[in-house]
Amino acid sequence: MKADPRITKTQEMVYEMRVGDVMSREVITVKADDLMSSLRELLRRNRISGVPVLDEDRLAGLISLEDFIKWLADREADCTIGERMTGNLVTLDEDDPLVLAIGKFESTGLGRFPVTDSRQGRLVGILTKGDVIEGLLKKLEIDYHQEEIHHYRPSDFFRHIEAESTTLVFQYDVKGKDIKQAGSSASRLKRTLKRLGMRPDVVRRVGIASYEAEMNLVIFTEGGKVRATVQPGRVFVEVEDSGPGIPDIEKALQPGYSTAPDWVRELGFGAGMGLVNIRKCSDTFDIYSEPGKGTLLRASFFASEEEDETGRPGARAGSGRGVGSRAPR
Amino acid sequence: MNLAEAQGILEAEVIVGSHLEEIQVRMACGADLMSDVLAFTKKDALLLTGLTNAQVVRTGEMAEIAAICFVRGKRPSEETISLAEENGVPLLASPLPMFEGCGRLYRAGLRGCSEVDT
Repeated sequence: MKADPRITKTQEMVYEMRVGDVMSREVITVKADDLMSSLRELLRRNRISGVPVLDEDRLAGLISLEDFIKWLADREADCTIGERMTGNLVTLDEDDPLVLAIGKFESTGLGRFPVTDSRQGRLVGILTKGDVIEGLLKKLEIDYHQEEIHHYRPSDFFRHIEAESTTLVFQYDVKGKDIKQAGSSASRLKRTLKRLGMRPDVVRRVGIASYEAEMNLVIFTEGGKVRATVQPGRVFVEVEDSGPGIPDIEKALQPGYSTAPDWVRELGFGAGMGLVNIRKCSDTFDIYSEPGKGTLLRASFFASEEEDETGRPGARAGSGRGVGSRAPR
Repeated sequence: MNLAEAQGILEAEVIVGSHLEEIQVRMACGADLMSDVLAFTKKDALLLTGLTNAQVVRTGEMAEIAAICFVRGKRPSEETISLAEENGVPLLASPLPMFEGCGRLYRAGLRGCSEVDT
């Protein structure tokens, strides 16, 4: 077989796993002094092709469908199973690594091995190739599942933190006039919030508001920062730039008031709805600006406690809406 | 209505997206002003627009719309297409003018964004 790095997981598993992990523990057995004629019904009813033979409590041999057919073909009188069984037994120990069992399947060409207890040599199970495959698949499934839980489910992130209060801060740097990248910060923030398991309606509102704010940075400024402060159930977004500032904020907040150049309008923006939209999406909204110095926008978003059946947040907390010309530092 | 039905009504070509019949469209909106889309659409709306730049896809992503259909035979840029592929936003292109596209969908029973709750 060609070395393929993808099978290393299975290789690792066949060394780690033991015969006892995958064997069938409920073994149908026959006694050495049972009659050959009793086998027919037993094999048919249980849909099996071989049975371990016990003499008293000791494993004495194995009788297979092949042995039974041979006995039928010989047309001999009924006899005990002990007389027709394969006595020269290949067995496995339940502590044997699976890789050893696979080697034995290959070297002997046999279809099943009785498995014995390592201390007393008692029969504890039986191993077929089907058991090996099923065992490996189950283990793969469990490993995959655990990996998923441990690595790909950050939505439980907040639940795994033990603290009186938890705050995460994400910062995105936005370049001015870089229209190709415009929206990528909002997009990354949105994906991050989704992964953290933030409520979908909050994620959507934060996404829209931070996208509009990011467009403002791209259109009007030389660049700035979008900072999201995240706590369980709430997001605070701060968008800051260092100029040119908004001379008349009251006017800028009027729907339809715009100072955007034509190239922005061609993109479907600059119609004087950006700040209006941010305010509409948020639960609290403040903006402070000083011409020549810069603008600071703050908006917060809460997952409301109650929720109607449609998943829409109920009454928003919406209170503090502030507008000012000087940032409170 | 699912997106495959909408595609048929709009006589649209699929530029990005597959298994359209599995995508539900709850309402539609026709707009060239992205801020209006961000302000007034709800989740799972179909957006008909004459704009083809990449910001349309960004808007679609943020507003969580079901798909974007370009009207009047307009074709999006490579940049728009790759952003749509990256973000899983289906793109259609219809030869119909905006008014007719919207009208046909409305006649077929699709509601507007103000007529659908949440």
